[in-house]
Order: sequence, then C-alpha cells, then structure tokens
Amino acid sequence: MSEPVSALGGAKTEALVTVEEMAPRGMIVLRGKLDDTAITGALEKVSGLAMPGQRGITVDGARRLAWMSPDEAMLILPRGDVSGAQADLTAALAGAHALVADLSDARASFRLSGEDAALREVLARLSPVDMHQTAFGPGMVRRTRLAQVAGAFWMPEVGVAELVTFRSVAQYAFDLLSVAARSPRVFA
Amino acid sequence: MLILTCPCCGVTAEETEFHGGGEAHLKREGPGSDDAAFEGYLFHRENPRGVHFERWRHVYGCGKWFHAARDTGTLEVFGTYSAQTTEPPADLLEKIRERRPGWSWREFS
Ligand SMILES: [Zn+2]
Repeated sequence: MSEPVSALGGAKTEALVTVEEMAPRGMIVLRGKLDDTAITGALEKVSGLAMPGQRGITVDGARRLAWMSPDEAMLILPRGDVSGAQADLTAALAGAHALVADLSDARASFRLSGEDAALREVLARLSPVDMHQTAFGPGMVRRTRLAQVAGAFWMPEVGVAELVTFRSVAQYAFDLLSVAARSPRVFA
Repeated sequence: MLILTCPCCGVTAEETEFHGGGEAHLKREGPGSDDAAFEGYLFHRENPRGVHFERWRHVYGCGKWFHAARDTGTLEVFGTYSAQTTEPPADLLEKIRERRPGWSWREFS
C-alpha cells in the first residue's frame, strides 16, 4: 500500500501565529440523523468519544468527533485506524439509515498556534465569525467561509486552532492563513 | 449587511456565509397544468419593497436549505424557519403584523 502524502508536504509559516499543514490524518464522515441514538451510539462505541451536541466537538488525544450538521458527523483519528474504524462503524450501523465514508484524502488539515488573541484575529480576518472568547472557544466547531472557500475550524485547546478545507484548495487556504498570520495585529 | 440565523444548525452569520435561493413557497406547476399557471410558476415573482419571503441555503455551513422572512428595504429579518413547509408559520405572520401593520405578500397579510 502506498504511503499517504499531504497536499503541501507539511508547509509551515512562522509569524505572530504559526501556520502548519498537518501530516495526513484519518477522517471518516457519517451521514445519518444525529437525533437517532442508534446512530450516535454506534459513533460513540467505535470512536470511544462522547457524541457532542449541536456544533460541538469532542477532543481526546489524536481523536476528534464533531457535529457538522443535523445529519453529518466527522470522526478524525490516526490514519492507521481508519479502515478498522470504518468497518466497525459500518457493522454497528447495519440496520440504520446511515452512510459511512473515508474522506481522509479529500481534505487538507492545518494547525494554527500562538497567543490566543492573535490566533482569533487571524481567523477573524478570513471568516464572518464572531471570534470573541465569549462567542467561540474550545469544544465548538464552526463550518464557514475562509475568504472564498469553505472550511471548518475548532480549538482543541486555548492557543491552538485546527482547520480543514478541501484538499483541492489547500494551497489557497495555506496562503490565506499565512498572509493573515504575518499581518500586523489590529486589535492588539 | 443582512444577518441570518440558520434554523438547522443555529449559526447566526452575515449573508456571505449563505446563498439566496429566490422566492419562497412557489407551487410547482408541471405536466397537466394550463399555460397560464405554468408561465406563472416559471416567470412571475414578487418584487416587494418591504416584507418578503425567501429561500436561503447555509452553503458554507451545514449545507441546509431554510426559509427567511425579511424586509427588503431595511434588511430587518423577522425570522427564519424550516424548509419543510408550504407556508410561513402562524407566529411569524403575527410578528410581522406587529412590526409592519397593513403589510401583504401574495395571499398573506
Ligand atoms: Zn446551518
């Protein structure tokens, strides 16, 4: 089997906020009604993570379980665990109206780190999202627009943000984030 | 700036996170309908300055379609509601009557 390769080979910009493309991760998407406990129960059992509520994300080590829409959840896990988890999830959902797909190769992942306020400013430059601490913080996931492309981000901890986009726009997203990270602070 | 709240995922964001889908509550006229009804379905649209009902999609967010009632002149949003309905909810119509006495839109007032 061939080795997975990320879109930008781990590109990195060090500035006020550090922007780096993350190494390939596993990403499984589930489509199915998330108000059905048969579906969320299977997700919890296979992932070992608690099912988050609306626009929430559960983070534990390298694993994340995110609420993406009323009928979409995203499970992030180490690349080597994908095929096993996908098979387990498909088996656990045998009788349910649900779809499980491995989208690991469809996405690019980025990690932003730095001072919390600077990090929030970088994201606020690119998205129509209220990035004030009282409006957005760890435990929440936001699907939105990053300049001209779709993306989603969350904060696994204070001072760190993880972000996913479609792989086809990885370079565009990295360049956007890098320019925003290098720009002087406005709200310092 | 038009600010909408998606009733499917609860996000409140400005309009660039959404995409407009045109007039709400159109009744499809297909095979078997007469020419006038079909023409109306294809081409006749409201164009109000004031209360309007539209379809919107949370295109950069959860991806879902929903309905919005707003004022095209002031951009005041009276409310957003499920796409799975053929007419605006009664409590929303009541709210619009309070905010815009004497309003009308198609058969609603
Ligand atoms: Zn939404």
